[in-house]
Amino acid sequence: MAASMSVANEARLEYVLRIADSALILGHRLSEWCGHGPVIEEDIALTNVALDLIGQARSLYAYAGAIEGRGRSEDQLAFERNESEFRNVTIAELPNGDYGFTILRNFLFLAFQRELWTALQASAEVRFSEIARKSLTETRYHVQHASDWVIRLGDGTDESQARMQRALDALWPYTAEFFSASAIDDTDAGPAWSAFESGWLSAVRPVLDVATLQIPSRTSFVSHGKAGIHSEHMTPLLAEMQHLQRAYPNCDW
Amino acid sequence: MSSNRRDWPLWEVFIRSRNGLDHKHCGSVHAADPSMALKNARDVFTRRMEGVSVWVVRADDIVASDPDAKPEMFDPAEDKIYRHPTFYTLPDEVNHM
Repeated sequence: MAASMSVANEARLEYVLRIADSALILGHRLSEWCGHGPVIEEDIALTNVALDLIGQARSLYAYAGAIEGRGRSEDQLAFERNESEFRNVTIAELPNGDYGFTILRNFLFLAFQRELWTALQASAEVRFSEIARKSLTETRYHVQHASDWVIRLGDGTDESQARMQRALDALWPYTAEFFSASAIDDTDAGPAWSAFESGWLSAVRPVLDVATLQIPSRTSFVSHGKAGIHSEHMTPLLAEMQHLQRAYPNCDW
Repeated sequence: MSSNRRDWPLWEVFIRSRNGLDHKHCGSVHAADPSMALKNARDVFTRRMEGVSVWVVRADDIVASDPDAKPEMFDPAEDKIYRHPTFYTLPDEVNHM
């Protein structure tokens, strides 16, 4: 970080990048489904979500660039930072798995994002609250879309139910990171994410219940994407996502 | 549909645009039930702010005229020009006829 940045601004930047990076990385993962969806309508639906997430990331990167004050553009923040500089939650970077896994990950993350946007609408930073307000409308639909599918597949056939339960068992431990403590919790950057846990849980639980899925018990596992410590899946993801800008810096088309 | 019974049924999609008064047919989607049909219609046909209201109707539920019966259905009206209200003088107060 540039020496000229105040501690308060560093915390603000960190807070915004977490949200921006999570949206971008999940948006990138969802874009991998483009052309591979189970049916054309669903292919388009999921691509719409991907585009919305990337759009949210863009607004947030522009805002982050302004906070940082070093003239870095959206593209530079998205494509020219290294793995350890990314602040996305680890769940976003996990490989897509089958459609059920992708949809369930969406559901768990987007329901969290909905809590986040709802709270950030009250941010004293007008630009931040505007981004939250606009994104919340998008996210409400995304959550509805994911919930419908979680219920359909969970409360579906024996096979779809078994796959969804496996997906939940695999994904649930990663949701602990949403609420884990971090160094910027006690700053003015934004509300500590631990504050969203009860709201998120009471939104998520009824849907999983209807979907006949059993919520696993919490273990001591916590992922650390927020701190820039990523899973082994992040390197190949960035290699693909950043390839063009890395190979042809500042290219435009 | 009858060729593969596992396919989702077809739904016809009608969208009312921002300035339009009527819902207009704009295409069709496959979906397992009404709520999925509505979402699919939204995702496929309103991506560019086309609509403010969406209807979906099971294609099966639409009763359509037989294309082969066109002559007997529609030709008889052709020479009955007196059915058009163009032979009356309308008072100025009546606009937009």
